[in-house]
Amino acid sequence: MIEATGLSKRYGETVAVDDLSFIVPPGQVTGFLGPNGSGKSTTMRMIIGLDSPTAGVVTVNGRRYGEYIRPLLQVGALLDARAIHGGRSAYNHLLWLALSNGIARRRVDEVLDQVGLRSVATKRVGGFSLGMSQRLGIAAAMLGNPSILVFDEPVNGLDPEGVLWFRTLIKSLASQGRTVLLSSHLMSEMAITADRFIIIGRGRLIAQTSVEELLARGDGGFVLVRSSQASALAAMLKNRGATVECQTDGTLRVTAMTTETVGAIAADIAIVLMELSAHSPSLEATYMQLTGDSVEYRTSDGASASDER
Amino acid sequence: MQTIPDDITRHSRHSLTAGLGDTLRAEFCKLRSVRSTYWTLFAALAFNVTFAAVEAIFLPGRLSEHDKATLDGVRVSLGGSHLSQIAFSVLGVLFIASEYTTGMIRVTLAAVPRRRLVLTAKVTVFAATAVVAGIAVSFIAYFVFQGLLRGENLRSSIGDPGVVRALIGGGLYLAVLGLLGLGLGAIIRASAGAIAALFSLLFVPQVLVQLLPDSWKTAIGPYVPMEAGSQIFSQHREAGALSPWVGFAVFSLYAGIAVIIAFVLIDRRDA
Repeated sequence: MIEATGLSKRYGETVAVDDLSFIVPPGQVTGFLGPNGSGKSTTMRMIIGLDSPTAGVVTVNGRRYGEYIRPLLQVGALLDARAIHGGRSAYNHLLWLALSNGIARRRVDEVLDQVGLRSVATKRVGGFSLGMSQRLGIAAAMLGNPSILVFDEPVNGLDPEGVLWFRTLIKSLASQGRTVLLSSHLMSEMAITADRFIIIGRGRLIAQTSVEELLARGDGGFVLVRSSQASALAAMLKNRGATVECQTDGTLRVTAMTTETVGAIAADIAIVLMELSAHSPSLEATYMQLTGDSVEYRTSDGASASDER
Repeated sequence: MQTIPDDITRHSRHSLTAGLGDTLRAEFCKLRSVRSTYWTLFAALAFNVTFAAVEAIFLPGRLSEHDKATLDGVRVSLGGSHLSQIAFSVLGVLFIASEYTTGMIRVTLAAVPRRRLVLTAKVTVFAATAVVAGIAVSFIAYFVFQGLLRGENLRSSIGDPGVVRALIGGGLYLAVLGLLGLGLGAIIRASAGAIAALFSLLFVPQVLVQLLPDSWKTAIGPYVPMEAGSQIFSQHREAGALSPWVGFAVFSLYAGIAVIIAFVLIDRRDA
């Protein structure tokens, strides 16, 4: 379990993390979401003791990270897969890590097998692709068989097969009772991987919730209607209490009304429908709506810039 | 998933040294698993041996009567140290600054959150390695020089007073210079910047002192880093210079200050 209480981090005048409190429970995959610059990475660095909080405290299994003599047995973290010395082999990189925490050498071979890097174990990591570096970072996180795992953008650079492998892996790690905290920008990936979410914006907590609760907080879905007599239909639907938006392609985006009711109304006034479909709310849309006010870097056309750091 | 009580600092009776053995093993593994370590040590050996050989072959024929009376044969045989010191200090810088440059320091500090323990282990592992390598390089250079020397000028025997001290001292000089590099690397946290700072510290005072009035030159001159440190690898003491061990102590003080500043800063800064 990871527990943050009143966690804050200031860099001079800039507030990176502001009075953040959350719990990451064991046995589940918790997605950590937020726009660029919202404080996700800073929070993760504070969890593993790399940055010290200006105020507040964050504990892992009940203690501050720095209190553990062999922290890799408690927490495995992957924050930046490229942050390794390119001149060292994958095997030696894992070996020094194992030695530093009194972990048996056979674990090095075990995790190399587990991430599929056995065949390149003696190659220098400077020549690794981003995906291979991610796998090495995941191996390093699992080295001490920890009960808590923290991953910052772990599927970045993995091929589709790698993404599927990683999703299966962390789901199985969570099902063994481990605590998994995972940040990612890929909403679609998060939607199928995470059981619950912590969403932050401008360093503050926006939501801490399960997937179902999160979706319920959003606008809900909408009904899409296409008809040759769109304006007549729109007038009638509005009349009956729906909110109707005429879109540029001539379709109607109807909210606050079910497909059944829209269909029945159309039949009543003998309007022909070419399309009638229900659209459930997406995680992405709900996320955008929740974080809309807290996006730090926005381009002039309203879309937020997407490059991290 | 349970926590393991033995692994909590607070409950350990040996909280200051707990994990030191593990950290030493990890740092030694790091040092021996990159090629730059072997390249820099090989370069140091090559510099010293080449210099010793060239001097042994060509210097005796060019000696004036004044030279014959004043030149220190042991110091001449270790002349290559002026080049191999660059290799040792770069090795010291890289041992820690490369971790900051690549970002790997965050992996290191996540594995060993007690940062002074990391620095203690780095200093210990580096010092032990550099002392052994430095002394080996000095002895090899001396024997190459004596082996190739023709005639009696500059000749000495390993049993002569001060020779073994000078050879061991030559190794210690290289090791301490490496530690100065390590300290600067930990303070500046970038390889290129630390190497630049190191060379400024070594060569700028040496040059500046020459520009000073004579009275200042005699007062300050012996205490600039290279001048003070190099006394240990002379068999005989030069006029106006510090004695070998006093000079070496002054030289070690520079490295000591850098390492102490590094110890203070590493706990205060975010990684």
